[in-house]
Amino acid sequence: MKPLPDKYVRALKVPVFLACLGPLGWLVWKQTHDLLGANPVEVITRSTGKWTLVFLLITLGITPVRKLAGVSWLIKYRRMLGLFAFFYGSLHLTTYLWLDKFFDVQAMLHDIAKRKFITAGMTAWFCMLPLAVTSTTGWIRRMGGKRWQMLHRLIYLSATAGVVHFIWLVKADLRRPLIFGSILSLLLLYRVIVWLQARSRTQASASLARSA
Amino acid sequence: MLIKKPNDIASSEITPKSSYINRRSFITGAVAAGAALAGGLYLRNLSDFDATPSTVQAAGAKLSGIVKSPFSTSEKPNTFKDITSYNNYYEFSTDKYEPNGLAAGFRTRPWTVALEGMVKKPKRLDIDAVLKLSALEERIYRHRCVEGWSMVIPWVGIPLSAIIKAADPLPSAKFVAFETVTAPDQMPNQKRSVLDWPYVEGLRMDEAMHPLAILAVGLYDEVLPNVDGAPLRLVVPWKYGFKGAKAIVKISFTDKMPPTTWNKMAANEYGFYSNVNPDKDHPRWSQKTERRIGEGLFAPKHPTQMFNGYGAQVASLYSGMDLQKNY
Repeated sequence: MKPLPDKYVRALKVPVFLACLGPLGWLVWKQTHDLLGANPVEVITRSTGKWTLVFLLITLGITPVRKLAGVSWLIKYRRMLGLFAFFYGSLHLTTYLWLDKFFDVQAMLHDIAKRKFITAGMTAWFCMLPLAVTSTTGWIRRMGGKRWQMLHRLIYLSATAGVVHFIWLVKADLRRPLIFGSILSLLLLYRVIVWLQARSRTQASASLARSA
Repeated sequence: MLIKKPNDIASSEITPKSSYINRRSFITGAVAAGAALAGGLYLRNLSDFDATPSTVQAAGAKLSGIVKSPFSTSEKPNTFKDITSYNNYYEFSTDKYEPNGLAAGFRTRPWTVALEGMVKKPKRLDIDAVLKLSALEERIYRHRCVEGWSMVIPWVGIPLSAIIKAADPLPSAKFVAFETVTAPDQMPNQKRSVLDWPYVEGLRMDEAMHPLAILAVGLYDEVLPNVDGAPLRLVVPWKYGFKGAKAIVKISFTDKMPPTTWNKMAANEYGFYSNVNPDKDHPRWSQKTERRIGEGLFAPKHPTQMFNGYGAQVASLYSGMDLQKNY
């Protein structure tokens, strides 16, 4: 596939950015029109949680889609999408801290220690935090590409913890969390296959070097 | 049925405005449902059709002869809309907003309730006979869901003890078991193994005989909406909401603690008693506080009360019991 000229990539960033704000806009619109239903806090919590996972999966999908479909310019949107995962994750966390716990530190600590789905959710957010902080070009330069890449593999842990958080909080009927779980498994499986291929290639070249 | 006392509070005084608006659409629906029912019966050429309120029991129909109860709370009830649009009814959906639409066409007539097990003589009572066992009472109760939210609900019902007396259990009966209807053609989730169907619940005999325990048949002076468990639903206000089995078809008496659905699903989370208890932590939710539905986004939560605030009436049922173990 032909590379997309830079000016188009840049121009497209605006509608992509606005689309990413869509879920938040929808919530705000519903709240201002009194359409969030009987338990608005629950709706906001679930919606922001769901979109955090969606953006995490989209972010993780960029590399496989780029490679498999040959649309390498997609990489230009990965940072924005990843930051939106962090954005919705932070809204999700804020809803919990503020509207559910009203910043009651003791109750929060108790929750984190006692309820494993909260532990998993917190793990997911804390794994995203350094990735958001080091998402700038400056940080890539400062850290060096290799180390930056190593650090950013934390997204695998974050997404896994996020899906586990969803599975653990459901009382019955695991269909919805398992949809996220299967997509995540495919995306991680792709990484495993790529890694195995790369390893067999280096082993082959190593044995070639030995026999030479 | 008893005649209302003149000093009773008019229902208009406790009915929020929004529910009036809502009620209009319900009345329209009731008229349509009534017409459909009448038409259907006409087509079947049933000459003994008698259009009294007790035979036309479509959701939204007005209930008459309701008496007030000293057990009612003076707290402001939730709106009809909140009570009917936000509800756990897993037979229809695991989403609390969906059962209202999905249950709209649920058939609540004809309906019989089987009374069996350790009774003098098993019998089947028609729902209209159940309605006549005792005067209909308005019971405005706090409702606490195990998920940490609560409402105030103006139920209309009869004391559970009335149907137990009608069942005439043997002295050896120590527990009462309730069973929800099995109707996979009408309840989509019963086609899947979301829970172990049918939904079963249970009470100890003394709990069941307690005057606070009722079988609800109405809400806000109207026939109980399908979404809230029509035609017959258990309400035990000092316990978490899931104890309130809906669409009951069987009440049986036993000398052994009966199995209960959520306990079978996760015994460490849901005990047989499931009394509201802020000091007994739940693995998923803190039970210390509750969100009162209808108070808005930034309203602080309320502290949850032991036995949902009914301790003065029911605590003696559990004297000497370790409520941390018997949760």
